[in-house]
Amino acid sequence: MSRLETKLPGLTLKNPVMPASGCFGFGREFSQLYDLSILGAIMIKATTEEPRFGNPTPRVAETPAGMLNAIGLQNPGLEKVMEQEIPWLSQYRVPIIANVAGSQVEDYVEVAKTISGSPHVQALELNISCPNVKTGGIAFGTVPETAKHLTKKVKEVSEVPVYVKLSPNVSNIVEMAKAVEDGGADGLTMINTLLGMRIDLNTGKPILANRTGGLSGPAIKPVAIRMIYEVSQQTDLPIIGMGGISTVEDIIEFYMAGASAVAVGTANFSNPFICPELIEELDHYLEANHIDHISELTGRSWGADGKRAYHCS
Amino acid sequence: MIKKEWMTVFSQKKLAKNIYELTLQGELVQEMNEPGRFVHLKVSGQTVPLLRRPISIANIDQANSRFTMIYRAEGEGTKLLSEKKAGETVDVLGPLGHGFPVEEAQAGETAILVGGGIGVPPLYELSKRLNEKGVQTIHVLGFQSADVAFYAEEFSQLGATYVATVDGSLGTKGFVTNAIDEFGLKADILYSCGPVSMLRALEERQLTKKGFISLEERMGCGIGACFACVCHIQNDQTGTEYRKVCSDGPVFPMGEVAL
Repeated sequence: MSRLETKLPGLTLKNPVMPASGCFGFGREFSQLYDLSILGAIMIKATTEEPRFGNPTPRVAETPAGMLNAIGLQNPGLEKVMEQEIPWLSQYRVPIIANVAGSQVEDYVEVAKTISGSPHVQALELNISCPNVKTGGIAFGTVPETAKHLTKKVKEVSEVPVYVKLSPNVSNIVEMAKAVEDGGADGLTMINTLLGMRIDLNTGKPILANRTGGLSGPAIKPVAIRMIYEVSQQTDLPIIGMGGISTVEDIIEFYMAGASAVAVGTANFSNPFICPELIEELDHYLEANHIDHISELTGRSWGADGKRAYHCS
Repeated sequence: MIKKEWMTVFSQKKLAKNIYELTLQGELVQEMNEPGRFVHLKVSGQTVPLLRRPISIANIDQANSRFTMIYRAEGEGTKLLSEKKAGETVDVLGPLGHGFPVEEAQAGETAILVGGGIGVPPLYELSKRLNEKGVQTIHVLGFQSADVAFYAEEFSQLGATYVATVDGSLGTKGFVTNAIDEFGLKADILYSCGPVSMLRALEERQLTKKGFISLEERMGCGIGACFACVCHIQNDQTGTEYRKVCSDGPVFPMGEVAL
């Protein structure tokens, strides 16, 4: 077994590095740049039952060490994703994690049922944390009971393990994690973007047409680290960590906080070759530091007395 | 093929107020085969600014492995870029997008190339290639004022060149459309790049049957994955049809995308 091979519910990954949903489309664009089979997995773009155009432009704005986006879940809809995108992507030997979104419980259930039935989909990522749509998305990700209910409903129909993508836009992340764990989640992915805004000094108006957007990039890494640190000690669910990862040191830090795998988002935009570069460098890092397997790093930051090191409620 | 390369600054020159001409050297130039495509530049190795900057290609010199861009130093990224000196390196991703189709103009025909502000540069390489093919070119260049105008001399070596400035400090007072009217310009095919308001005015005017326009939009990845730079298409019944400016464009046939 290699230093990087990772087993998670539903997933056997040759390495624990994957592009995050929404930053990689369905893989077609990046397939022109490198062999996608190198990746640990691919989290495909959020899929809704019907096609969505998304929000008006401008949809992105740069911020210090980060960016705001308000794409608005643009996607070709369930039917096209099932018929065109997933079969195309299946030519690469890489596990597919399908991001599921909707406006109401029934939408999520419908998409989850159909997409989890694809022989090429190994796991679902339940998107209850998109801050850029008026209904659904984050509305499900900020109230623990609602999140638990949705998770339960999706679990009832899903043929593959369900990872729930948590929103950082809550006052108590542990409560949210526990709620979806109660709902039957098999794992967590965290964190989604932080709600933010920028104003154009010339016009006095917000830069984004949607006014607000989700903040991602290195700027949010400390928030992700803190939340993974808290949640990983309070639930038994494995965590795929994300939020500003762009270097091997970032990956190590996420593991030490409590992650069992990682996803790379915004960094794919500034360096489209970032994922293969990180996979190669990660192996060298472990070898140079005499670490037999990456999983040894998970939770290194926790106190010697384990869960009691956690000091909040 | 899209490549990423640390290219070397060959020269950097200030052309007008906040307008710079930057020539880079490297292997990537061999991939540049069409006018109107662009490169995505990372101006700093740090996390600020985080994103790349899309800049159009103004001149391609494959014999010397050099290409030239003309850009406006306006924001944080382009200001940093304008400080780069000969011998320094820049992280370049490209060439990206679909450019101007030279093959749509036939030898002996007349093409009118209309540029607005920082939309002018990609028309230069286009004009060179059209002329090589035996297409006669007319150039109409629009600027805010004389102090930000550039390349009128370079274009005039390739064909008749008309300049319009909003304040009238150079050429025709007003917009490119005023210059077109003033001189009664006519052509078989239109190629244009500039602000949406200008492109819309040109499209409404129906100066030529055939035309190709290049759009500008805020971009994330530059390769079509992030969906930051999408636009609607004209006469779309469903409302969900779209084009990505970065990878389907930036050049589109006139009448295809909603302006």
